[in-house]
Amino acid sequence: MSVTIDDHLLIIIALLPFIGALVPGIMIRAGRNACATFTAVPTALALIMLLVKAPAVMSGQVITAEIEWLPQLGLSASFFLDGLGLLFAGMILGVGLLITLYARFYLSGDDPMGQFYTFLLLFQGAMLGIVLSDNILLLLIFWELTSLSSFLLIGYWKHLPEGRQGARMALAVTGAGGLAMIGGMLILGNIVGSYNLTDILKAGDLIRASDWYMPALILILLGAFTKSAQFPFHFWLPHAMAAPTPVSAYLHSATMVKAGVFLMARMWPALAGTDAWFYIVATTGLVTMVIGALIALFKDDLKALLAYSTVSHLGLLTMLLGFGTPLAAMAAVFHIINHLTFKAALFMTAGIVDHETHTRDIKRLGGLRKLMPITFVIGTLAALSMAGIPLLNGFLSKELMLEEAAHTKWAGSYYAVPVMATIGALLSVAYSFRFIGHVFLGPVRDDYPSKPHDPPFGLWAAPALLVVLVVLIGLMPFLAEPLVKTAAYAVTGGDMPYFHLKIWHGFTPALYMSGFATLAGFILLLMHAPLDRIWAAMPRPEAKAIFDRLIAALVAVSRRISEATHDGAMSRYLAIFVVATTALGYLAWRDAGMPAPTRELLPIPPLVFVGWILLLAATVSVVFLHRQRFLALVVIGVIGLTISVGFVYLSAPDLALTQISVETVTIMLLLLALHYMPKSSPIESGTGRRLRDGVIALAAGGGVGALAYSFMLRNTSTISQYHLDNSYEGGGGTNVVNVILVDFRGYDTYGEIIVLGIAGLIIYAVIEALLNGPAARKLRNADFSADRSRDRHPLMMVIATRVMMPVAFMVGAYIFLRGHNQPGGGFVAGLVISIALLMQYMASGFAWTQMRQRIHYHSFIGWGVLVAGLTGAAAWLYASPFLTSLYGYVKLPLIEKFGIGTAFFFDLGVFLAVLGAVMLMLHSLSRIARFAGETVNVEPMDYDPSDHGQAEEKEN
Amino acid sequence: MEIVVASSVAALTAAGVYLILRLRTFATILGLALLSYAVNVFLFSSGRLAIDLPPILSKYGDAGYTDPLPQALVLTAIVISFGMTAVLVMVALGAFVESDDDKIDMDSPDETEEGNAP
Repeated sequence: MSVTIDDHLLIIIALLPFIGALVPGIMIRAGRNACATFTAVPTALALIMLLVKAPAVMSGQVITAEIEWLPQLGLSASFFLDGLGLLFAGMILGVGLLITLYARFYLSGDDPMGQFYTFLLLFQGAMLGIVLSDNILLLLIFWELTSLSSFLLIGYWKHLPEGRQGARMALAVTGAGGLAMIGGMLILGNIVGSYNLTDILKAGDLIRASDWYMPALILILLGAFTKSAQFPFHFWLPHAMAAPTPVSAYLHSATMVKAGVFLMARMWPALAGTDAWFYIVATTGLVTMVIGALIALFKDDLKALLAYSTVSHLGLLTMLLGFGTPLAAMAAVFHIINHLTFKAALFMTAGIVDHETHTRDIKRLGGLRKLMPITFVIGTLAALSMAGIPLLNGFLSKELMLEEAAHTKWAGSYYAVPVMATIGALLSVAYSFRFIGHVFLGPVRDDYPSKPHDPPFGLWAAPALLVVLVVLIGLMPFLAEPLVKTAAYAVTGGDMPYFHLKIWHGFTPALYMSGFATLAGFILLLMHAPLDRIWAAMPRPEAKAIFDRLIAALVAVSRRISEATHDGAMSRYLAIFVVATTALGYLAWRDAGMPAPTRELLPIPPLVFVGWILLLAATVSVVFLHRQRFLALVVIGVIGLTISVGFVYLSAPDLALTQISVETVTIMLLLLALHYMPKSSPIESGTGRRLRDGVIALAAGGGVGALAYSFMLRNTSTISQYHLDNSYEGGGGTNVVNVILVDFRGYDTYGEIIVLGIAGLIIYAVIEALLNGPAARKLRNADFSADRSRDRHPLMMVIATRVMMPVAFMVGAYIFLRGHNQPGGGFVAGLVISIALLMQYMASGFAWTQMRQRIHYHSFIGWGVLVAGLTGAAAWLYASPFLTSLYGYVKLPLIEKFGIGTAFFFDLGVFLAVLGAVMLMLHSLSRIARFAGETVNVEPMDYDPSDHGQAEEKEN
Repeated sequence: MEIVVASSVAALTAAGVYLILRLRTFATILGLALLSYAVNVFLFSSGRLAIDLPPILSKYGDAGYTDPLPQALVLTAIVISFGMTAVLVMVALGAFVESDDDKIDMDSPDETEEGNAP
């Protein structure tokens, strides 16, 4: 991994929110204030770092940082910061800070605040990632992350069905768009030959000339339109308003919905400038602007009104970017800033109203002007800005928009765009005035659900700050000019005509349009009551119903498919699988053929022949005896032992040792389990079915046998010689199999002991669940006494196992120690010791043994994995890769000099993990026994001959 | 010798496949045990057969050795297949105790269908 960093800060900025996301969940224990503060810290730090970089970006520099990630795929973690990135990153972090403050006072004591802030920071990180990515694949990853984190945030109030449904809808729509965008981005990367955004932006001409331009454009726009809630995908945004208001203010006005707009602005130099771009983007934007504004006017829910007005303003932005002229792009950038300030303030105002009056229904509000004067001032200024009233910032960007619209020709018509834009502006004025008039003005009512008054400072500080910006930019647009210019320069890729932001442009067409819109909008509001009745009576398509029907249809189709193919008949799946695999193997063989054999056959001595007959006979018997389960188990044991002998004969002593010990443990386990299961299987399948299965089985077996036979006859080049050559020199051991396990392929072994440990823990968990579930009662009432031996702890066995235990331990230790040079090692030693312990359980009983056990088997697994892992990690101290082994010679008094290496410790880990896992499994099983009413013997033996006399006395 | 090993693998596989196609969990477990023998021997045989050439390095000159790599892989495979058999046995046991039944096929799909509340 190579790191080329022009600027460390950029990567730190991008990572800070993700690192910060770890903190709130912990800090919530220190109280809500601490939690909010520690959420604000990473955001504030990132913002400060961004501001440090701002002067350089403002002067036209582009800051980059790159970490190679998967260079083969063209994927690198590269970031860059230009004007557009600076604008968006500033918005994300700045509003993020305000939202953190607002949410601290907005969320009630019952809401899990730590969770909220964690989600918020995750979202913030994802958003920052989008605007700072210099690699479109990386951008896609962050893009999907915003969908996921916004899903969590929208559904934050899990108890509300609207919240859950809204979250699901948002995820489905934006997620589907994201999928389309992945396709588009991949096409784009293919056209240009690079996934780096900076390369793509320079290759605009190449992209627009490509045959693949249209598919790429449509797919990318699908992503942008769904994210930015453009018609006809706008419907998810109002439903996402079920989220807590801080989320709405942050995601649904300031940041996430702007991601689509950001993407269009980002891709502007590469994709804009064609007719297709103009007609698709500008038209969609225009339609969205008008429809959104129209619906907003008739919404009674404050947040729904704001949601649709956001849809409308996003349409406006999309339209401006769609015009494809530099000045329109500049207007879009300026409006992004202005919309952020007034809309976030409005959402927070709506949240305050909701918080104080306990309703968001406009029809139940009115007259709040006197009761909540501060909120009134904030809300009114923000809403006036939204309406586009002079001296506020909304006016400036709206004038620019109308100016651009005024001289845009659409399909030969000079009037279509200006007229529609004016209608949009008019409706916007109407709903903005409605927000002020129907909520704050009018007579004071006495039927509010709760007595309203102004909230504490913490709640209104954030919107107040935003409104200060609204007024400042409105009065002194030159303050925002450098930022707008830098960002617009980044959007257009350089060619900007001269312009200057100012309040008074003279008597332009835009001014007349604006004036008309304001007046007409006011009149429209006066006629709201009758219009509202007409609107209510009008049939309208309900987007949610359509969406739900669509989803229901999709679910029905998937259900039909999965029910037809996945009907729970396991034996059928297995049959299909075996047949398919065999057929594939046959096809491969038929097409490729075989080279001539290169090896001589080895002779078959008579003893081997006998073993072979034994194995075949045992295998056939298992098939015929499988209904008599106990007998089948015995025969399985015979097979296992025969195979171990085979391993010995075929030069694999390690395998033979392992096979014998595993065999023993497996049979014990199966015997224990069989105790609680039926002892025989009924005959269920008919002759036809058995015949069919027999044919399948013979075909599969024949295939595998033929495959094994044919490659045993041929030599191929292998990598094994390397292991033989280096085992002693590099690994310090003469048992090559063991050296491979603990050294050459130590990583594999490390994985395998973890798997084995997990298997042990799974069994423990299954038993735990079983014994705490409804099955426990069944077990307790089941009668197993019929299977029970009368002398459960026979004298001979008890004595023999106790005598043997130290010996067995010694054998285990011996096998373990010699493993590196002679057959043996951690795996076998672990199994041998397990068997020694198991014998105690079998001979002396579970409880008796349990009382003498000091250490839990879980901890064996843990220590084993830990010891092996630490041994591997120790190699880092010598600047070598994980699991590099070292060895040397040690001289201890009294015994000979012997070699010891790190492999010893690794093998110790293997030993412990194997011992722990095996014992945990069998120990768990025997817990059932205790549960199922098995009596516990306190004495080692049921019948103790040494106190024969006492026993008789008692009886007498 | 090769034919002995190959036919053993074939027999074990065939028996294993036949048993996993049975309808009760215990037969399936037996079948999987047989299959894991078959797979282990199969993998082992991919190192080609050798007699009296264990991969233990000799101190005295150029002795011949069999291929150690498949042996190492099979060794862990034996242990892991034990772990997997154990898990399966436990799942089968749990299923039996919970439902008083050790069939592996569900009866029919419509009995398991649940109401789909929107």
